[in-house]
Amino acid sequence: MGAFILRRILILFPTLLGVSIIVFLMLHLTPGDPAELLLGERASPEALAELREHLGLNRPLLEQYGLFLKRLLRFDLGETIWTRQKVAIEIRQRFPATIELSVAALLISCTMGVLLGIVSATRQYSLFDYLSMLGALVGVSMPIFWLGLVFMLIFSVNLGWLPISGRLSVGVELEVITNFYLLDALLTNNLEAFRDALWHLILPAVTLSTIPTAIVARMTRSAMLEVLRQDYIKTARAKGLSPFQVIFKHALRNALIPVVTTVGLQFGVLLGGAILTETIFAWPGVGKWMYDAVMQRDYMVIQNGTLLIAGLFVVINLAVDVLYAVINPRISVR
Amino acid sequence: MNRTRTLCLCLALAVGFALTAQAAPKPGGTLVFGRGGDSVGLDPAYETDGNSFMIGDNVFEALVSYKDESVELEPGLAESWTISPDGLTYTFKLRRGVTFHDGTPFNANAVVFSHGRQMKERKVKFFGQGWEIPPQERTPEYWVSMEMDKTVEAIEAVDEYTVVYRLKRVEAPFLANLGMDFADIISPTAFLKNPKEFVRNPVGTGPFRFVKWVKDDQIVLEKNKQYWDKRGGPYLDRVIFRAIPENSVRFLELKTGNIHICQFPNPADIELAKKDPKMKLVSQPGMNIGYLGFNHTKEPWKSNVKLRKAIAHAINRKAIVDNIYQGQGQLARNNIPPTMWGYNEQVPLIEYSVEKAKALLAEAGYPEGKGLEEITLWSMPVARPYNPEGLKVGVAMVADLAKVGIRARVVSYEWGTYLKRQREQPPDMDLFQLGWTGDNGDPDNFLAVLFDGLASSAIRTQWHNERYHELMVRGRQTTDPAQRAEIYKQANLLLYEEMPVIPIAHSTVTWPMLKKVMDFKLHPTASIRMKNVWLEK
Repeated sequence: MGAFILRRILILFPTLLGVSIIVFLMLHLTPGDPAELLLGERASPEALAELREHLGLNRPLLEQYGLFLKRLLRFDLGETIWTRQKVAIEIRQRFPATIELSVAALLISCTMGVLLGIVSATRQYSLFDYLSMLGALVGVSMPIFWLGLVFMLIFSVNLGWLPISGRLSVGVELEVITNFYLLDALLTNNLEAFRDALWHLILPAVTLSTIPTAIVARMTRSAMLEVLRQDYIKTARAKGLSPFQVIFKHALRNALIPVVTTVGLQFGVLLGGAILTETIFAWPGVGKWMYDAVMQRDYMVIQNGTLLIAGLFVVINLAVDVLYAVINPRISVR
Repeated sequence: MNRTRTLCLCLALAVGFALTAQAAPKPGGTLVFGRGGDSVGLDPAYETDGNSFMIGDNVFEALVSYKDESVELEPGLAESWTISPDGLTYTFKLRRGVTFHDGTPFNANAVVFSHGRQMKERKVKFFGQGWEIPPQERTPEYWVSMEMDKTVEAIEAVDEYTVVYRLKRVEAPFLANLGMDFADIISPTAFLKNPKEFVRNPVGTGPFRFVKWVKDDQIVLEKNKQYWDKRGGPYLDRVIFRAIPENSVRFLELKTGNIHICQFPNPADIELAKKDPKMKLVSQPGMNIGYLGFNHTKEPWKSNVKLRKAIAHAINRKAIVDNIYQGQGQLARNNIPPTMWGYNEQVPLIEYSVEKAKALLAEAGYPEGKGLEEITLWSMPVARPYNPEGLKVGVAMVADLAKVGIRARVVSYEWGTYLKRQREQPPDMDLFQLGWTGDNGDPDNFLAVLFDGLASSAIRTQWHNERYHELMVRGRQTTDPAQRAEIYKQANLLLYEEMPVIPIAHSTVTWPMLKKVMDFKLHPTASIRMKNVWLEK
C-alpha cells in the first residue's frame, strides 16, 4: 500500500509537467496579449513596449517557459500580471473559499445522491423512483446560472430566508485566520459569524451540488439494483436480517465502489462548476479568479491556477483508489 | 382654472424640491456601493481601470480637482497657481495644515515625491531633506500615455508649500492632467515603508481612509475625521465597495436593500427601478464617444471624402442609439461630448438619408456601390462604455450599407488582438469601430489623441490633414481658454466637413440607487465621489 501511494505521488510530477507544457503552449498560441488588454484603447507603442519588456513577454517562448519552470522548482509561483501580487498569496486568499464551497456541495450531493439512489432502488418503479429519477434528469440538465438566479429570487428576495450573495454580511466582523470562514468563526468562537457564513454558504452550495447530486443518485440506484439481485443478499434476507441491515451493511458497501469513483470525478466537475457559481454568487474563490485571468490573459494566474487544480485532481484520484481498498478489502492496491 | 391648478402644482413641486435640496446632511451610517468587479490595485500612479480609480477618488487628492458634475478645474491640494507668460513654468501654492492619513504632513516634498517617482529621468529637487525615490516597479501607464515625460522637464520644491514645474514645451492641457488620478499625491513615508505593498495599502489625504481589502469581495473605507475641508463632508462613517460581478444579482441586492447603489445595471432593470418606490435613478452623460473609423492608410478611404460622407448618411445612427444603446445613449453631433467646452453646436447633425447617400456615392465614383469590392467592418467583441454591443452595431451597419448598394461584412477578433491589429491598420481593414473615454476633460484629449494622425504614427485613426494638425498644435500652445475653445470648435467643424470618422454616440450613465442616498452625483470623468454623500435615516 505504501509503495502504491508513493508511486502514485511520483507520477504526479510528470503529470503536472505535461499539464504545464500544454497550458503554456495553449496560452501563448492563442491570440491575445495581456499588455494590450491592460492598456486598452490608449496604449501608446512605447508604453506597450515597456510593459512587454517588464513582463518578459518579448523573450523567446522557450526561455519564458524555462523561467517559469525554474521558479516553480524553487516554489516561487511568481507575481500576477494585473494585480502585481504574489500568486501564492492570491491563491491562499481564494482557495479556501472554493474548497469551502466545493466540499459543502460535495457533502450535499453525497448524502442526497446516495439517499435518493438507495430509496429509488429499493422502491423500483414506484412513484418516488420515477419522481427522483426525473428530478435527477432535470438536475443534470439545469444550467447552474439560471438555477442560481431562481434560487435567489425564491429564497432570498421573496422569502427572505437566505442572503443573496457574498460570503459574509456587511457589518459582521470576523477575524480571518485560515480564510475558511466557517473554521475561522469556530476558532475565534464567533457564533454570529459562523451562522452568517453558513447561511451564505447554503444557496451557492445547493446550486453547485445539483449536477453531482443527480449523477450520484443515478449511479447509486443502478449499482444498488445490481447488488440487490445478488445471491448473498437473498441469503442475508433469508437469515432474517432486518431490511435496514441488509441494505446498509451488505448491499450498500458493495454498491458504493462505482459510486466512490463517480464522486471522486465529480469533485473535478465541482471545481469547474465553481466558476459559474462563484460568479453569480459573488463568491471570491479560485473559479472567478481564473475566469477573470483568462479574459485578461494573466498568464501567471492561469498557469499556476491550472497546475493547482490539476494537482488537486490527481491527489483526489489517488484518494479514491485508496478508498476502494478501505471499502472493499477484496480489492488490493498493488 | 386648469392652468392655475397646474401652476400651483408646479409651484408646490418646486418648493418640495427646494426643501429636499436644502435638507441638512445627516452624518453617520455605512454606504454599500455595488460594483461589477474588484479593484486591480490602489496605487494611483500605476492603475488603469475604473474599479481601482474609484477607491483612489476617495482616498487621495490631487493638486487641482474637477468641480462636481463638470470638468472645470478648481483648487485641490494646491490653493492657487500661476503660469509664467511663456507658459513654461507653473508655480503651485499648497494648502497648509493638511496631513496624510498616517499623520505625515502634506507639503511640497510630498508632491515632488509623488510625481517624481513617475518620471523616467528624475529631475527633481526637494526642499531641505527629501527622500530617496525607489526605482519604478513597472511603467506608470498614465504618466507615459499623457506624455508627461515629454512635457515636464523638472519638478522643484521651492519652499515647504511651493512647488514649481518647469516644462519642456507649452502644453495647455497640463493643468487638467494634474487633476487626473495618476497625479494624486501619496504619503511618501507610507510608500517608503514598503514600496511593494503600497498598492494594497494606500495612504492619501482624501475624505476617507483605507481600512481593509478582501480580494474579489470588498474594500472598506472609513471617514477621515481630520479632513481639511470643513465646508462639506465626509458624512458617512464607512463606505464599502462590494464586487458583485453579475448585473442582475447586483440589482437584486439593491432591491433587497443590501447595497445602496448599483453600478452598471442591465437596461431592463433601469425600467424596474423607475417603478420601485424605494429607488431613484441618477444619470450623467458620459464623457465618451463611439465612432466608426476609416482605414486612412489605403484607398479609396484615404482621399475620397464623398465616399466617406456617403457612408455617414447611409448609416441609421438613430436606430442604433435607440435599439442597441437602449436609450442609454445620445446621438453624436461632434466628436467630443456636449458637456465639454469647445463643443460646436453649429456643426450639423449627420442626416440619415438613403437618397443623399446614393447621390454622394455616385459622385464619389461608385454609383450604386459598383466598383467597390466587399468591404470589411471591424466590430468590437466587448462592451465598452461608449459602445455596449459592438457586434450588434456592426450587423446593423452592414444592413444599412446594403441598402445603398455597398457590400460589407462584419469582422471581429479577440479584444487584445483587435486593438493590436487595428493600430497596425492592415489592408484587410476598411471600416472599424472604436471609441474613447475622456481622461482629463480637455478637448485636446479627444481631438488630438484620436484624430491628429500627423502628430504621431501611434494615433489610431491615421488621418493626415495639415489644417487639422495645425489647429491641434495651436490648441496646445494657447493658454487662453476662450481662444482654445474657439480653436476646438473649428476643429469639430473640420471633422464634419472631412468626415475622417463617423461619430455615432455618447453613452449615458444611469445608476439606480436607494432613495435614502442623498447628494450622490455622477461625474463626467466617471470618478466616484463619496465626500458629500449622506444617508437619510
